[in-house]
Amino acid sequence: MAKLILSMDNLVLKEIPLNKERTTLGRKAHNDIQIDNLAVSGEHAVIVSILNDSFLEDLNSTNGTFVNGQQIKKHFLQNNDVIELGKYRLKYINEAPQHATQADFEKTMVLRPDMLRKPAEPAAAKPPTVALPPAAPPAAAPQPPLGAVQILTGSNTGRQLELTKSLTTLGRPGIQVAVIARRPIGYFLTHVEGARYPLVNGAAIHTQAHELKDHDLIELAGVKMEFFLKG
Amino acid sequence: MALIDLSAALEMAVCSDTGRVRQLNEDAVLANATLGLAVLADGMGGYNAGEVASSMATAVLGSELEHLFNARPPCQPAASGRSFAEEALTDVIARTNAAIYQAAQSQAQYTGMGTTLVAVQFYDDRVLVAHIGDSRLYRLRGGELRQLTRDHSLLQEQIDTGMITAEQARFSQNKNLVTRALGVEPTVNTELNEYDVLPGDIYLLCSDGLNDMMEDEEIVMTLSALSVNLPLCAAQLVRQANDHGGRDNVSVVLVKIKAALPSAHGAGGWWRRMRSWFG
Repeated sequence: MAKLILSMDNLVLKEIPLNKERTTLGRKAHNDIQIDNLAVSGEHAVIVSILNDSFLEDLNSTNGTFVNGQQIKKHFLQNNDVIELGKYRLKYINEAPQHATQADFEKTMVLRPDMLRKPAEPAAAKPPTVALPPAAPPAAAPQPPLGAVQILTGSNTGRQLELTKSLTTLGRPGIQVAVIARRPIGYFLTHVEGARYPLVNGAAIHTQAHELKDHDLIELAGVKMEFFLKG
Repeated sequence: MALIDLSAALEMAVCSDTGRVRQLNEDAVLANATLGLAVLADGMGGYNAGEVASSMATAVLGSELEHLFNARPPCQPAASGRSFAEEALTDVIARTNAAIYQAAQSQAQYTGMGTTLVAVQFYDDRVLVAHIGDSRLYRLRGGELRQLTRDHSLLQEQIDTGMITAEQARFSQNKNLVTRALGVEPTVNTELNEYDVLPGDIYLLCSDGLNDMMEDEEIVMTLSALSVNLPLCAAQLVRQANDHGGRDNVSVVLVKIKAALPSAHGAGGWWRRMRSWFG
């Protein structure tokens, strides 16, 4: 569950769990988080929580609400964000939902109605958990060194084609087409279409992807080209 | 005797993989080009019982619909005014839901198991799409990729209500929480939609193991580059999802429309035009 760590002048004052759908912040006593300071408005801001996500909204406060130094109206809170209300700091902590193993992390689960109304934390001991880093967007696949093909025969002789995309199509559609896939572990040539298969160093490749080595000679749709690694 | 044979008009390919992190593959896929049916199910819950739920879904849908549509054409109107295809699909999914739910009640290790579902039935000149959960159907037409199913997930509800933008959704901690699933309750709410079908269309059914790992642009590029070799295209999509981390099971079913779908019989088209005049 997400929580806030309230501090002032680098002195930690208290830890506040975010276990309600709406957590209000302000100077008046009725607020969930009461901050008794003139720089803070009576009703200053609110944090709305939907299960594991939290959103901070300024309630037209006099002095504004700031996150990591920027004034915000509405902000989707991320782990370690620092909210500033007057002289007070609230650090938002939201480590990934607790799961027994890394493998459980991406598991699809059915949302049951009772999951949104979070009950108070039970006093009983919980099973051991592993604190995982928050869900990251999909990682870009690690890149191999840049490869290229140099055309050696035909009307495009001398032309160089850099293999920057994850798939580069070569050949003549309807006659003979192959693709070079750029993968973390290297470059792979695969036959796509046509009765005849491309040749690498004089020998026809098979149906599976063929790993290309520096300076391999490819022959495709009647054109010879050299694969090489740049830099 | 098979009434339906769409294999001249459409081609299908499948690929399903455990991914790089998980121990088990709980996805299930089915592709029947003759019948014009493709199904993908992403199982969950129980004690590793997700694969029981998902394979029940593909097996029951595959065999029941084959039986029903070879006895009676999908485009034929039913008493309710809907097409027989719609009635049959709704009915079979309801029965599959009951079967999975009962199985889940019967054994301790199956308790709570369920599955997402995306099923597409091609007939006449259209495709009927049934889905439950966050497995998706995309269509590539004219170089443009369009997601045809809207996820039944908490994250989608947050986007729909304006709480969060699609870009912010990437950072949400509420991923992978579906609001509907097959087999987790006595009855199920299946979303049904129908779309026109054109030669050249490419349909992609996939579990979230694909779209969580890959950007749309990369999916478009792979479909466009490799659609001429559908099995290679399916394998390449899965390979790319794994190259990006493969954090979940990843499955795809691809359907390529090679030619206009044959009308089961002239009356089907005539009937539809009649109905549309009367609104």
